Amino acid sequence: MTTDAFIYDAIRTPRGRGKASGALHEVKPITLLSDLLKTLQQRNSLDTEAVDDIVMGCVSAVGDQGADIAKIAAMTAGWGDDVGGVTLNRFCASGLEAVNQAAARVRSGWEQLLVAGGVESMSRVPMGSDGGAMAMDPETSLDTGFMPQGIGADLIATLEGYCREDVDTFAMHSHRKAAAAWDRGAYRGWVIPVQDRNGITVLDTDELVRPDASLETLGGLKPSFAAIGEMGFDGVAREKYHWVEKIHHVHSPGNSSGIVDGAAALLIGNETIAKAFDLTPRARFIAAAVVGSDPTIMLTGPAPAARKALKIAGLKAEDIDLYEVNEAFASVVMRFQRELQVPDEKVNVNGGSIAMGHPLGATGAMILAAALNELEARGQRRAMATLCVGGGMGIATIIERL
Amino acid sequence: MNSIRYEKDPHKIVHLVLDRPQGSANLMDEQFGRDLQQAVQQLQADSDKTGVILRSAKKTFFAGGDLDTLVTITPATAPQLFAGAEATKAAMRQLETLGVPVVAAIAGAALGGGWELALCCHHRIAVDDSNIQLGLPEVTLGLLPGGGGTVRMNRLLGFQAAMPYLAEGRQFKPRQGLENGLLHELAGDSDELLAKAAAWIEANPDAAQPWDQQGYKIPGGTPKQPAFAQMLPIVPAILKHKTKGVMPAPEAILSASIEGLQVDFDTATRIESRYFAELASGQVAKNMIGTFWYQLNEIKAGAGRPEGFEQRTVGKVGILGAGMMGAGIAYACAIRGIPVVLKDISVDNADKGKDYSAGLLDKRVARGRMTAEKREQVLGLIHTTDSAADLGGCDLIIEAVFEDRALKAGVTAEAEAQLADSAVFASNTSTLPITGLAAASARPQNFIGLHFFSPVDKMPLVEIICGEKTAPATLARAYDFVQQIAKTPIVVNDSRGFFTSRVFGTFTREGIAMLGEGVAAASIENAAFLAGFPVGPLAVCDEVSLSLSARVRDQTIKDLAAQGESYQPHPADAVIDRLLQQDRAGKAAGKGFYDYPGDSKKSLWPGLQQQFYKADAQLPLQDIKDRLLFIQALESVRCLDEKVLTSVRDANVGSIFGIGYPAWTGGVLQFINQCGVREFVSRAQQLAEHYGERFAPPASLLAIAENGGRYSDT
Repeated sequence: MTTDAFIYDAIRTPRGRGKASGALHEVKPITLLSDLLKTLQQRNSLDTEAVDDIVMGCVSAVGDQGADIAKIAAMTAGWGDDVGGVTLNRFCASGLEAVNQAAARVRSGWEQLLVAGGVESMSRVPMGSDGGAMAMDPETSLDTGFMPQGIGADLIATLEGYCREDVDTFAMHSHRKAAAAWDRGAYRGWVIPVQDRNGITVLDTDELVRPDASLETLGGLKPSFAAIGEMGFDGVAREKYHWVEKIHHVHSPGNSSGIVDGAAALLIGNETIAKAFDLTPRARFIAAAVVGSDPTIMLTGPAPAARKALKIAGLKAEDIDLYEVNEAFASVVMRFQRELQVPDEKVNVNGGSIAMGHPLGATGAMILAAALNELEARGQRRAMATLCVGGGMGIATIIERL
Repeated sequence: MNSIRYEKDPHKIVHLVLDRPQGSANLMDEQFGRDLQQAVQQLQADSDKTGVILRSAKKTFFAGGDLDTLVTITPATAPQLFAGAEATKAAMRQLETLGVPVVAAIAGAALGGGWELALCCHHRIAVDDSNIQLGLPEVTLGLLPGGGGTVRMNRLLGFQAAMPYLAEGRQFKPRQGLENGLLHELAGDSDELLAKAAAWIEANPDAAQPWDQQGYKIPGGTPKQPAFAQMLPIVPAILKHKTKGVMPAPEAILSASIEGLQVDFDTATRIESRYFAELASGQVAKNMIGTFWYQLNEIKAGAGRPEGFEQRTVGKVGILGAGMMGAGIAYACAIRGIPVVLKDISVDNADKGKDYSAGLLDKRVARGRMTAEKREQVLGLIHTTDSAADLGGCDLIIEAVFEDRALKAGVTAEAEAQLADSAVFASNTSTLPITGLAAASARPQNFIGLHFFSPVDKMPLVEIICGEKTAPATLARAYDFVQQIAKTPIVVNDSRGFFTSRVFGTFTREGIAMLGEGVAAASIENAAFLAGFPVGPLAVCDEVSLSLSARVRDQTIKDLAAQGESYQPHPADAVIDRLLQQDRAGKAAGKGFYDYPGDSKKSLWPGLQQQFYKADAQLPLQDIKDRLLFIQALESVRCLDEKVLTSVRDANVGSIFGIGYPAWTGGVLQFINQCGVREFVSRAQQLAEHYGERFAPPASLLAIAENGGRYSDT
């Protein structure tokens, strides 16, 4: 007899442009996370000693983000010494993986209350800072056919027949949906402004959203991966996709996820703990799944992960009311929609990572939080969050609003 | 010690004189490994020394690894090879950390292990002689420099600068070595060499290798540094574009280099030895050593040349026809110092042919590889004319006019009238049987085929074709000539398309047949690439032109009919005809299997998808690769059966140098060996069952499989 796992709260920071010019560059990742934990504690009047563990996704866990930032953030947030903390890395799925692991631990019955989420300050710890055999060890790279994700995204577009205008159109809608959602207050209340040590607001909105995004402006951006493709990466996929003569490089900075800084945290627990702290369960975890997929194209994992989660839940794709599919690249979401036959009006209804950015370790938690808040706003029942994952993986989580 | 002499001079400098008693060159064999260890022990025990000079008593400094042993290494004996390499390298390391200056005095070629030995010296001086070759050619034989070459070159030059020497086997002459930081000094002659070595030892008593000095920074850094790390992910992708995933040696060299740069010297050395043992025990190294070392050396030594004829050089060559081939052959002769009479129907035409040489020479001058004077001198050797009378005095005529029997007969008679009885007449035909062309000759015993490949200045092979009446003396002269212009001769007997064109035709036709079956065009081209072919069958057919393919076929049909035989249609025929009906004759026509937009890269014609592609006709990638590899091997067996080929070495070397059969295989017949003859036969039978009788193994092949034999000349 398993115990149900519930979400009691779900918050995130705004996402700041992941460059030195970005609003959150001055804020240390430990501060981003620590302040978010403080807010979580205050919002829920938590006795932090009751928290069993803090599980945080963090992809580049070196430098400012190194040495188990989850535990250190608990310390700087003033949480009880008996609260643990751990960081994990499942590349872009890390934030959702953290949430899924917390949910599973609650469902196991061994633990009652966990905090899960993620943090990534991409302006401070650039992508790739943690090295790794996948891209950096020639023997591994040659053996597994490594190429950057952008080439994989362009290959997906080539295989699916998406032209530049198709992916730009998708990107334009992401910006417009995000802007509209901000306007109507969809992000109010659960996106927690980042403040400085004096209480002065540093950032209270997602910095990258462009309400005026148009096909003209997007179309003017240069393809990001044509040059490195030409230098050698375009040939890597030749063996696995030999029927493709050449890869069309349609992805640009405008239709790929933005590089940003940000953090997210969810409060996850069982029913018993809810009663003890007078917490209100907002959603139940129905299923979670991860899959491996072809590591060369790397980004085709969402559909098989979604199918696996649906199978666990005993549901069909049409039973899901809202989908949050991470917009790593436009083609990834477009392909997912084609594979699962999901209509536009169910997908990323408040915009996605193309408009707001993709803080690697945190995004998975952010999009699940977005799905929960929107289910509540719409009074709908089920949502799925899914992401494509480095190394060729996919992840999906299904929740049911209570 | 028997391969190293330990001698001390009055300045207390120890000379390690490399002088292997058996053979003409020093080799890094087992004996040498033991001797070097012993020499180093003696040096360590000798407290009365000021330095060490490594020099050779042979014409060359040191020839490199012991291939006779390396070629026998199997996975079972790889551990011994690893241990031996480690022991030799430990001695090399002790030498460079002895505490006294060590100088390499290089008066002759130092290749492979020889250059690695030089690298473990603190100071490298070479005689400034442009005939001295230095470098690490291991990769060209499927190996890696396992004597510390990857470790020291990376530490000395930095990764980016070292890679061309390591992964491409780039060789260099002493002057280039000095410019590129590989040598420290040049000397005018052997005496100055030793004087400079001694002087350096006296001036540098505290010498140490750069990598053993405090604070030494490897040029370009190591993978731990961000700038290096940033470029690292694309390096394997770029390399794989060259290796196509079928050449393990460059990939191992890259891996050993990067891994070695992240650890200390001794650990890097061990990593290198482990990759070395793996490569040496692998099949690809066996294939490449067998063909590019043993078989190629046999050809160089005259294996295909009839014995009993004095070696002769050609004093003057006449070339008939100044088109692409004639012009290229003229260049190949002139650059080797042979005077050329280049004849065409007008002086204007002949001059155009000469312009081709001028263009190539200009490039050399622009790149600083030739002086302007030398350019004039070479160009001056080419005399253009429209008059047959100018052919007088030529020892050799090479006819390179259009593939038209009547035309060829005419120019043959016209030229022969000007020649001495001893002159050789060669046709550069690539398709017409030599015996038939020789019928137009008054001296068919002097008539021979010299089939050059395009572009002549780059392609190393010449296929010599003997007609029925060609005399052995004529063959010997042709063989000498091919070697005189520094190309590689193979010798075959007359047949339609001889050996190379005949086998190559099976490659292009197989690719086109698959297109006709409905296989995706890109799959065919990519499979060829991934099997190791330089160009896909559709692209190369466009280069040759589809109309030429059709003409050759039509001529074949006619010739066969004349002999009362019928033509066996090939599934490719209909595809070629269908493209020709749509005016898609190939690259020269601006459209063939590919479109050739002037301003961008060629791309496959979308019509192929509409007219040929069938979704349910797609094949496993391995089948496409195998069809392209197997069909040529099988045709080569038939050439051997018909005595068109008379040696395995000519088949292997000719297929790689002439028609782009992948180097990793060791050539068309070695490919069968390396598959395992029995395995090859059963796979061929499978292919025959699925794709046509043309894959059925010939009886001779079945017999070899039955007897457990393999293709070999010995």
